[in-house]
This record gives sequence, structure tokens and C-alpha cells, in this order.
Amino acid sequence: MRRVPLYAALLAYVVFLAFPLLWLLSTALKTPQEMALTSPTWIPREPTPANFTDAFGEQDLVGAALRSLVVALASSLLTVVISLPAAYSMARYRSLVNRIAIGWVLVSQVFPFILIIIPLFLIMRDLELVNTLPGLVAVHVTFTLPFALWMLQGYVRAVPRELEEAASVDGASRLRAIASVVAPLLAPGVVATLLFAFISSWNEFMFALVFLQDPDVMTLPLTLVRFTGPEGVARLGPLAAASLMATIPSLIFFAIIQRRLKSGLMAGAVKG
Amino acid sequence: MRIKSALAAAAIVTLAAACGGGGGGEPAAPGEPVKLDFLSLAWQKESVAANKELVNEWNKAHPDIQVTYVQGSWDNVNDQLVTQFAGGTAPDVIHNDSPALAGFASDGYLLDLSAKLPAELKSDIPQSAWDTVTFTGGEGEQGVYGVPFLQESQVIIANKKLLDESGVRVPTPEEPWTWDEFSEAAKKMTKDGQYGVAWAMKSPVNKTLNLALNFGGTFFQTTDGNTTVKVGPEEREVLQRIHDQLYKDKSADPAALGQGTADPLPAFFQGKFAMLPTGVYLRQQVVEQAPDDFEWVTLPAPKGTSAQQGAVSQTLSIAQESEHPDEAMQFISFFLNAANQAKLAKGDWLLPASQKAAADPAMTTQENGWDVATASAKNLVVAPFLKVNGYDEWRSKVATPVLQEYFADKITLDEVAKRLVEEGNQVLERYHR
Repeated sequence: MRRVPLYAALLAYVVFLAFPLLWLLSTALKTPQEMALTSPTWIPREPTPANFTDAFGEQDLVGAALRSLVVALASSLLTVVISLPAAYSMARYRSLVNRIAIGWVLVSQVFPFILIIIPLFLIMRDLELVNTLPGLVAVHVTFTLPFALWMLQGYVRAVPRELEEAASVDGASRLRAIASVVAPLLAPGVVATLLFAFISSWNEFMFALVFLQDPDVMTLPLTLVRFTGPEGVARLGPLAAASLMATIPSLIFFAIIQRRLKSGLMAGAVKG
Repeated sequence: MRIKSALAAAAIVTLAAACGGGGGGEPAAPGEPVKLDFLSLAWQKESVAANKELVNEWNKAHPDIQVTYVQGSWDNVNDQLVTQFAGGTAPDVIHNDSPALAGFASDGYLLDLSAKLPAELKSDIPQSAWDTVTFTGGEGEQGVYGVPFLQESQVIIANKKLLDESGVRVPTPEEPWTWDEFSEAAKKMTKDGQYGVAWAMKSPVNKTLNLALNFGGTFFQTTDGNTTVKVGPEEREVLQRIHDQLYKDKSADPAALGQGTADPLPAFFQGKFAMLPTGVYLRQQVVEQAPDDFEWVTLPAPKGTSAQQGAVSQTLSIAQESEHPDEAMQFISFFLNAANQAKLAKGDWLLPASQKAAADPAMTTQENGWDVATASAKNLVVAPFLKVNGYDEWRSKVATPVLQEYFADKITLDEVAKRLVEEGNQVLERYHR
């Protein structure tokens, strides 16, 4: 019985988190008339699939979602592959070069990217990467990398150096110690970084807008914005239906890898 | 591990994907069709369908000039174009609105169409519409940098039941209300928690500046090539009258003040207020969202010393760097012929610039207020602010907050005039250097 308030609080929190999604679902099933009521309804009076048929009929949402998925998966994997060794060396080796590198990573975070979008565009054009998905992946990786590096660096620091030393006392080489001792302990950090990179790429709009021009390569955020007009006027029904579909892949991705998000792996690893 | 392997495989497949070439504008090889990219900003369902249908029709009839329809969005089109112009990959045919053309024209990114316009297209569109797309180009010469095809005017959308109950004279395009009559009508329709009118003023500047022309208010004056802000009696008239409806007559719903264009509709359908001054395109949302038993009418905007309103146009332009400007012009001539302009105007619920299209039965029917909307086109003159270098910054940094404060009754009209002029001139000065 003592747990009842706890569960009540937990339930309230879940409802709070799920509210936008449920409201999206409710809106996606409403008629335009029902959306214009002064007292909004939770459950649509006359649920209609029209918004879904409109959204899918007018725009290549499935194709755009697949392209977004490919770009997000490739960007997040590449981000982790590149940032993991870098984060390890940043956390473990203290040298002047390292300190400069860390400072540079920080500076890059405060630089407004809109200032470099035109020069970046020119470089990408010369590399013939404009209008291609690999080009977009390269840009997403570039801009996700600094923060991913910071995230992972924190996780590496949290792994006690003594564990590696213990492994080497037992005869393990540094690589072996990293692979067998550090890597498993870093799994939650890698998953969190992967998720961060995936969501950043999945939602990214501005670079995609500028770099992708061919209708055949457009990603999901570019397709969703087509349901909006000038001065903030939007076709709410189809937009809600399309947005709902856009949230599903990231939910599935999260559901698949969230099991790896565990803490406490290192509890009691080092005495004192 | 299996998941990881699958993800890694997906990444490799992606990176191995073909690196396709750039967009349009590439020279066609002999025997190959010319390829044009057409960036369209249509977003309403009917309008997108009309655009796609016309492009398909063109592509079928012209196997040697193939057009790719690329859909953009109003919110970000100028960011997109700035980068693409700088990078040399802009689409060949570009849909935009006339205020955006001035900057692109003076930067030399748009082609001067004056020598390329076919006579029929030129004569079908009135000079007042051509004025909205005539700017100084990159080399200081006057040029025509787009073909205007859709225009927006202000009308009043009214609840028919409340209008009839009030017993006021119903205005017609031939005999619109004067602002005095409009204010009287709003007062008569105000009773028991119901207001006569609602002004959605989240973005107050374009709306008030366009209506200010009713009394000859231009807000800008140019002497010796130097443009400054002016707020005299003519400019104050419409501002004062809207303010009076809010705070003196109390016939305007204060709840709508902070709302965007379409936001007051739910309260309108509920009968919380009787009239909504707005752009003609909002009729589409009214048709789509109104309850089945809701009756509404479109009334012409009130007139002051004249019925003039400032106009901006939606336009089609050709990128300066397009490899195929002649073919792009051929496509525009087809796309914007009278019959097609009528289709596009109907799809977007706006007014066609073509005079022949305006005579199309679809544009003059009484249904959904098309007759009143189309008749209002004759009052459109080029908005004076359209050619003011620095207007966008003046609007967002100075005029929007000042007018919002005024309509919220936080500052007086004298303060409005002082700030619009003093702070405004500081902004404009930078653009003169």
C-alpha cells in the first residue's frame, strides 16, 4: 500500500510524457470541423482515416522515412565508430595536444552553424556530395561528433583506470584490456550516444533542406514541412497523421536498444 | 551482436549508395531532353494537385523539355535559395513572393525577364501587378524579375446570421462600407459577450500597412534617393480606428489580438464575434472547418478616402544561372496562361493576376465569396513598402513590437509614431550606406 503514491506519481509522469503522442493520434483521426471546436475533444467523435490517406496519397512518406532511417542509422553508427577511440584517448591520455583538442571541440559547440552553411555547401558541391544521402550522412556525422565525443569521454572517465591496470597485471595487453574490460562497461554509454546521434540525424532539417534538392532523395522532415503554409498556417490533420508515422521508427529503435541502457555495472568494481 | 551487425550492414549499404549529380541547370547532351527544376511552394491539397497536373500536362506535350516538380515550403524557402544561389545549384524556375525578389534581384541571382516575356502574357497581367515585380537589378538597371500570378487582398468574412440580425446595410464591391460604417456595424453586432469584429494581430504589420493605403498612408517617403519612415495623419488613421474598436467602442474581441491568421476561427464558428477581417485565402479554412449549419459571407474591405490596398504577388522567376532560360520562359508562359492561372488561383484560394483568368466563371461565382474576392483585385496597388531596402528588418525589429504594444494599449499613438520613425530610420540608414 505504501507504494500506491509512488505508482500514482509514476503514472502521472507517463501520462505527461505520452500526452503529445496521444494528442497527435487524436488530431490525426479528427475531421477539420472537429479540430476547430472551441472545446477540444480527446476522443474523436467521428474518427476518420482521411488525414492518413491524404498524407500518404500526396507525399512519398514511406520512401522519405526509409531514406531518413538509412541516413540516421549510418550517421549514428559512424559517429560512434569515430568518437569511441577518440573519446578513449581524450579521457586516458593527458597531453597538450589533447587539451587543445578538447578546447577545440568545446569552441565548435558555440559556433552558430548557420554561418558556415554556405561555405560548407560549396565544399560539398565540389565533392559532388550535394543531393546525395552519403553527403548528408557526412554532414550529420560532422555536427554530431563533438557532442558525442564529450558524452563518451565522460563514460570512459567513469570506468576506473584501476580495472585496466588489474587486467594488465593479469597479463592482458592494452588492446585486450580495452576489448574485454572497458568495452562491456562502456555499452550503456555507447547506446546513449547512438541514440543521441540517431535522434539528431532523424530530426535534422536545415542541412537536409539546403543539401537535398532532388525529390527522390528528400528525407522525412522535408516531407513533413510540406503540410505547412505561410504565416504558420498548417494542414493540421495530414500533418498530425504524417508526424505520428514519423515518430514510430524512432520509438521502435529506442525500444530495441534501450535494454542496453543499464547503470550500476561498475558498482563495487574498485574498493574504497 | 546480431543487431549491431545488421546496423553496420545498413551503414555500409548507405555509404555505397550512388552519388548522384546536382540538380537542374545542366546543359543537355544532343538528343537528350532539356531538364528544368521547378521549385513550387504550393501547399494546399487542391493547389498541389493543380501544380502536379499542369507539370504532367507540360511534360507529356513537350518530351524535349522535361520539368521536375520540386515542392518547397514558405517558411524556409529564402534560406534554401540563399545557399543554392551562392552554390550555383538553384532551381531553374522559382516560385516565391514579390517582397523576396527585391533582394535576390539586386544580388544578381534572378534573370531580368523583360525581354523574354511573350506579348500575350505581358498584356494579360495589369501594370499594377507588374509593378510588384519591377526592381533594380544587380547592375543598377530596372528589370522585371518575376511573373506575378497570384495576389492576396483583404476582405471581411462575416457570420451571416449575426450580420442579418444586426440589420446593417450589407456592403457590395460597388458600394463597400466606409470605415465609419464598418465601425458602426461592428458596434451594432456587439452584445452580451459577443463582439462585432476580431483582429488577429500576431503579425500586425503587413495587414495594417496594406489597409493604411485606404487613407493614403504609405509609411515611407523617398527624397533624393533616401528612404525614411513617415507616420503622419494618413498613416495614423487606420491604426487609430482599429484601436478605437478595441478600447473605445469595445466592439473588437481582445482575445484575438495575440492570435495568428487562422487562430480565431473556432471562436468565429461559435458566434463569439461576427466579422473577421482577413486575407482572401482564409476562405479555404472556413469552408473546410466550419460546422455544417454555419452560414458565412465574404464582404469587401472598408474604404477610406479610397478603397486601395497594398498588394504583394506570388511569382515565378528564372534563376540567372539557369542554362535554359528560354525553355524556362516557355514553361512559365504555359504554366501561367489564363486557364491555368484560374486553376492555380482556385487551388490556393487567391486572386489570379491574369485579367482573363479573373473573368473565368470559377472566379466570379457567388459560391464561397469568389465574386467579392475577385472584385477586390481592382483595388490592389503595389504596396509602397515592397521597394524599401531594409523593410524586412524594420518590420521584424521595430514595427511588429511597436504595433503589438499599441494594440495591447500599452503605448499611445504618438509614441508609436515616434518609435516607428526614430528606431525605423536607424535601421534604414544602415541599408543606405
